[in-house]
Amino acid sequence: MTTTAPAPAVRKPVEPGAEPPPPERSSVSRWIPAAVVIGVWIVAYLLLEGTDTLALPGVARTDLHDRLTEFNNDLLASRDTNPVMQFTNSISDLLRSLFEWVQRMIVVPNPPRPVPEIGWLGVVAIATYIGLAIANWRIAVLVCLSFLSFGVLGYWQDSLDLLIVTGISVAIVIVLGMPLAVLVGTSTRANRAITVVLDLMQTMPTFVYLLPVVLFFGIGVSAAVVSTMIYALPPLVRIAGFGIREVPTATIEATDSAGQTYWQRLFKVQLPMARKTIIVGLNQTTLAALSMATLAAFVNGPGLGKPVLAGLRINDVGAAFVPGVLIVVMAVMLDRTTTAASERSEKVARGGGGNVRQRRVLLAVGGVGTLVAVYLSRTYIGLAEFPVYTIGDRIATWVNDVMDWVTSTFGGITGAFKDLVTTWLLNPMQSLIADSPWYVSFVAIAALAFVFGGARALVSSLVCLTGIWFFDLWHDAMITLTMTLVATVLVMVLALVFGVWMARDRKVDLGIRPLLDAGQTIPPFVYLIPVLALFGPSRFTAIVAGVVYAAPAAIKLVADGVKGVSPTTIEAGRSTGQTTWQEITKVQLPMAKGSLVLATNQGLLYVLSMTVIGGLVGAGALGYDVVYGFSRSEAWGKGLAAGITIVLLGVMLDRITRAAADVRRDDGPGPRRAFHTRLPIGFPGDRKVVET
Amino acid sequence: MTTAALSVDGLWKIFGPRSDRVIGTPDAELSRADLKAKTGNVVGVKDVSFDVAPGEVFVVMGLSGSGKSTLVRLLTRLIEPTSGSVTLNGEEITAASESKLREIRRHQVSMVFQHFGLLPHRQVIDNVAYGLEVRGVGKKERRAKAGEIVDLVGLTGYEKSYPDQLSGGMQQRVGLARALAGDPEMLLFDEPFSALDPLIRRDMQNEVIRLHRELGKTMVFITHDLSEALKLGDRILIMRDGAIVQIGSPDEVVARPADDYVKDFVSEVPKSHVLTLKWVMREPRPGESLEGPALPVTTIVRQAARAAIASEHPIRVVDGDELLGVVDEEDIMRVVVAEEES
Ligand SMILES: Nc1ncnc2c1ncn2[C@@H]1O[C@H](COP(=O)(O)OP(=O)(O)O)[C@@H](O)[C@H]1O
Ligand SMILES: [Mg+2]
Repeated sequence: MTTTAPAPAVRKPVEPGAEPPPPERSSVSRWIPAAVVIGVWIVAYLLLEGTDTLALPGVARTDLHDRLTEFNNDLLASRDTNPVMQFTNSISDLLRSLFEWVQRMIVVPNPPRPVPEIGWLGVVAIATYIGLAIANWRIAVLVCLSFLSFGVLGYWQDSLDLLIVTGISVAIVIVLGMPLAVLVGTSTRANRAITVVLDLMQTMPTFVYLLPVVLFFGIGVSAAVVSTMIYALPPLVRIAGFGIREVPTATIEATDSAGQTYWQRLFKVQLPMARKTIIVGLNQTTLAALSMATLAAFVNGPGLGKPVLAGLRINDVGAAFVPGVLIVVMAVMLDRTTTAASERSEKVARGGGGNVRQRRVLLAVGGVGTLVAVYLSRTYIGLAEFPVYTIGDRIATWVNDVMDWVTSTFGGITGAFKDLVTTWLLNPMQSLIADSPWYVSFVAIAALAFVFGGARALVSSLVCLTGIWFFDLWHDAMITLTMTLVATVLVMVLALVFGVWMARDRKVDLGIRPLLDAGQTIPPFVYLIPVLALFGPSRFTAIVAGVVYAAPAAIKLVADGVKGVSPTTIEAGRSTGQTTWQEITKVQLPMAKGSLVLATNQGLLYVLSMTVIGGLVGAGALGYDVVYGFSRSEAWGKGLAAGITIVLLGVMLDRITRAAADVRRDDGPGPRRAFHTRLPIGFPGDRKVVET
Repeated sequence: MTTAALSVDGLWKIFGPRSDRVIGTPDAELSRADLKAKTGNVVGVKDVSFDVAPGEVFVVMGLSGSGKSTLVRLLTRLIEPTSGSVTLNGEEITAASESKLREIRRHQVSMVFQHFGLLPHRQVIDNVAYGLEVRGVGKKERRAKAGEIVDLVGLTGYEKSYPDQLSGGMQQRVGLARALAGDPEMLLFDEPFSALDPLIRRDMQNEVIRLHRELGKTMVFITHDLSEALKLGDRILIMRDGAIVQIGSPDEVVARPADDYVKDFVSEVPKSHVLTLKWVMREPRPGESLEGPALPVTTIVRQAARAAIASEHPIRVVDGDELLGVVDEEDIMRVVVAEEES
């Protein structure tokens, strides 16, 4: 079932059966047994509908869940005796006091002062100055306006809190990640070992490590920082490691032959030559950190995620809108600043970067101005506490009005679309998958895994299905699976349409790609706001949010894959007088099959990772179980079980699609594109960093 | 030759798993393909021994894949040998510690690479000074020294350029300057000019000849181009599948190819441009005139041709005062005609 999405594309061209190579033919034959399995499944469903579905009412728990909760309670009780807990608690305290110290410096009163050490004017000035110093005046203006918008829209403290959490996490990630990146870049064995761990970390949906993190670090700042670190570490290690590994052997050899030491090689050759890629890694890590720090609102982390979450919980789109916009502003600011800083450092390294004297004067003047601003902000209370504006509230009200108008005007259209998908795709599939007896679905899914992925996929799916069954959330898991599949189908439809269009028309590509890049920069939380506004809380809303989140990556993969088809082959095809449609379906898509399957794989995992967020907006099922587990201490065990079940679903879908693509495990970085790591934004096209 | 500048003895390099288990067993005698099939090991260099005299230009030649690059890297242990020894100026490199090896690389041998291996983030001058920098020479001093070398290789005015602003030929001049900057006793070249256009290649070859004349360094020069080998080499080592096929002076190699592999190589060479009289002279026939002009035995055939045609009598081939043999017009014509027919 998992490959439903790309399948039509793969199958169509093969039917006429003239030229395609053998592997193609084997995939056509897969569809016959698949249809048989589904047929039998439907018959069994019709006969046994509603029996043994293992459905568990929304708030009900099983013994297993309670045992997990107890385990949690025991661990918490042993806080003072268990050495592991003592260790994590002291880290937790350390992180909290670090956070609070920075907070007292720039946002909250630092007793005995009634205001922070540096008031808002000083903070804005310092941030602007940093923008000027590491990039250019345009970035300085961008940073200044962004910071002002934080305050003017009424979220000064939440914005700075989010920045502090992001900043602390990124700093720790750099300290931990760079040595790892060096290992990855210089030792084949370390590379292999670390890559396995990173792969595992990145196939896990974001939320899953929140629960154990909370267990060991408590809720609040420290959980936010730790989970952000875990989430933001892989991109840096991977990308920077890749950059170091890609330093040409010729250069290493040539400089080795001059008699350099290990450290000289590292600091004079490898790191400088990989600098550009390392900075791309930093950029990716920063954006990943921001998006995770936002989500950490779930574990009571400070920052802009909190008001968004609060708004979403009570379905108040207007209230979520303003902080949501500020998150986007912050993402754009961080992205542009790191990118511009890397461009500038490149130029400076090449002896460029404009008139040095002039720049020094500018920086000196700016520095003096900043110091004056800091001084003023320490002297006048009005420059220390951000003045209160009502504009944010007015925008919220206005947004709610607009949304009311939109829903009343277009409600018919969006509602019809929602009903269409729900009635014709979602409900039938959900009935089949979730309302069949559990053993029927179990066998059917395993059989389909075998049909598409062979013995390897069969084994993985048996293990995962057994695990899902064990954790007592079978029915919810099947509903989540259904939603994931439906969303992935929609993602692949979008990916095929836009991907092929982009691949065939350069102008379209140039127009759409920046939008996709921007879409990937925005923390996923933010997508929910407009989607919720349009469709109200429902399963369909969660599906749309997943689609919006997953589509950019899938579209890009398809576009790049189709574009990668050799022009000679296309020319040869054209010389036979084929139509455009024939060219797409018989040449381009079959030849881009690898990318299509990869796009499906990524689509599935991206969609699945939105499950928990979807749980906030009426998705129910596993997402809701996790959210519920966070909010009620007695439901913690159920939340954990739901989290583990999501991971098992993810691993299963991942294994099946990989096996279906016949991607061997050991084939290196190529198709193993990291889950969650967005492709570099505005990455210079001269070098292919595929392996992010 | 009193003491060799470089002495290589029984050097092996086998790539692959358990490579150390091959030498000394019957497997070592297998052909490369058979060994690969049997054990998965690839022979890079197979039992190679040779000496290089101080000041000599020693050329290693062979087709691509014959193990030349591996051999030259074994000399400074950029690749660790599987067995055998390398001795440089009496110092056994193969037995040196890490730090000793670094000392040797810093002070005694430098290398020039086919793909330059320059640091793109450094200016020409700092690329040239790199070897001095890793030794710990102060910035001012090393820049001054590097500046001299930049002038020596004809890059004056490009000190502040970055490598990617230079043409291939100029980049290789930077590579050459970098190798020379540490004032090593020996230079190693791994196909340094293969990536360059023919005209630039010729310039660079002349440059190497000039530098050799001016600085008198010992050189080991790798190439797959026979004419380059003949032009630069005092002696030539020909390799195939990792093993030595022949070592000899250019004229020896051309005149007496050790086997068909070498013969194939040299078949295209204009012999009259390479062979000396040594290879064409013969015993005087009874009663033959010995009144012709005398030419040293090392004279290239082509240069003797004019004298032979002008003279009534056969040319006397001499080494100092000693008469070694004679050549007449016909002997010389035979060389020239043979090469036109082949
Ligand atoms: N690191 C390596 N691992 C395995 N085989 C190698 C390695 N390096 C070189 N070889 C093999 O050794 C042989 C000699 O290579 P090389 O020395 O580069 O030849 P050349 O420089 O004459 O073209 C080739 O067959 C090559 O495939
Ligand atoms: Mg080579």
